[in-house]
Amino acid sequence: MLNFIDTVGEAVAGIKDGSTVMIGGFGNAGQPFELIDALLDGGATDLTVVNNNAGQGDQGLALLIKEGRVKKMICSFPRQSDSWHFDEKYRTGQIELELVPQGNLAERIRAAGAGIGGFFTPTGYGTMLAEGKETRILDGRGQVFETPIHADVALIKALTADGRGNLVYRKTARNFGPIMAAAAKHTIVQVSGIVPTGGLDPEVIVTPGIYVNSIVRVAAAAGKTESVA
Amino acid sequence: MSIPTNDQASVQTGSQADIQASDKPLGRDDLARLVARDIAPGSFVNLGIGQPTLVSNYLEPEQNITLHTENGMLGMGPEAAGEQIDGDLINAGKIPVTELPGASYFHHADSFAIMRGGHLDICVLGAFQVSATGDLANWHTGAPDAIPAVGGAMDLATGAKDVFVMMTLLTRDGVSKLVEACTYPLTGIGCVTRVYTDKAVFLTGPDGVQVRETFGCTLEELQAMVPVPLRAADPS
Repeated sequence: MLNFIDTVGEAVAGIKDGSTVMIGGFGNAGQPFELIDALLDGGATDLTVVNNNAGQGDQGLALLIKEGRVKKMICSFPRQSDSWHFDEKYRTGQIELELVPQGNLAERIRAAGAGIGGFFTPTGYGTMLAEGKETRILDGRGQVFETPIHADVALIKALTADGRGNLVYRKTARNFGPIMAAAAKHTIVQVSGIVPTGGLDPEVIVTPGIYVNSIVRVAAAAGKTESVA
Repeated sequence: MSIPTNDQASVQTGSQADIQASDKPLGRDDLARLVARDIAPGSFVNLGIGQPTLVSNYLEPEQNITLHTENGMLGMGPEAAGEQIDGDLINAGKIPVTELPGASYFHHADSFAIMRGGHLDICVLGAFQVSATGDLANWHTGAPDAIPAVGGAMDLATGAKDVFVMMTLLTRDGVSKLVEACTYPLTGIGCVTRVYTDKAVFLTGPDGVQVRETFGCTLEELQAMVPVPLRAADPS
């Protein structure tokens, strides 16, 4: 069931304590800041968050972590020059970290949306990130068994939606959006524009509306006006 | 190990006296120029964050190289400046970049399928250590207070047809980063095919380490710095 929702607050109102939440974005590109701010205001806590990073600076996911709402991060690259809120929580034992090579993170998310029960991948074989995992030699290469990452909710950002919830993205802000939309039970999308059904060329749609549950328009959600960290 | 076809002329072979020698160690830009020259025309290439990014400054248009960035783009152009800066168009280091004609965008799972699926010809990475058999350590010092962050390093090391490393040969304390076995946590096993350093270019693989060129030292002097057996590169 697709809903067009007026405010980001209403869009995230159903997110419960203890949820697993996928948040799109790579760095600031594609990060749905307004939805994250609404999640912060909404008060949901004890969250497991799936994102490539663990927050930058004093905005978005970083604030969710700062306020102690995140019990666990599943990500590939938490440590950055401006990841001070995550760093502090991690060093004081207040947040759990599941570190996943970036391609395994992406494929585990994709697998969840595609109904795959798990897969063998050469990435990480023989490293500390494969410790305790099943391995096999396949096609002459050591490979590691990885499992899908499912989520209760995905918060993503796209450029434009049409009346059926079909989405197009903008440049490298696409990143995790399409795979997270498919992997979550409930996908909430912030877009900068909504066009009538038929207003997007079916040949260029990236995420079909079947993966989308809620759409909220946020002015200037994409484009050149956005600040760069 | 495959050696790009345009590289044949520069591979010096035979006795150690034949090793191509420069009379002084190479600086970072000279090293980047050397790597750029060794990339075969038409290659699809991923340049890692840091020193490898310098290579893009020395790729010639006639080489027709397509750059991949793991956050979902082929056909990446130079770093953006001024009016070009667009928060939605960044590279893996989160630096604003530009797009070239013929560029394409794709989602993260596709981007890493490009890597893991063996479609990239070359990736160029930095390293803490490389072993004689091409094991790579470049993501984590293993220090107890370090916050680990891996990003796409393991995927790149595992997926590209050729993995080139760019690094200084010695640490600030004068210890070789080319080692018998890595002591830092591994990124990938047996994945590195070449190591470009300020003092020499090494070819690594299951048969041990060959030296293609030296810069400001002889093979004997190089051997005195490096704790693994070295030999001049085989004829190819």
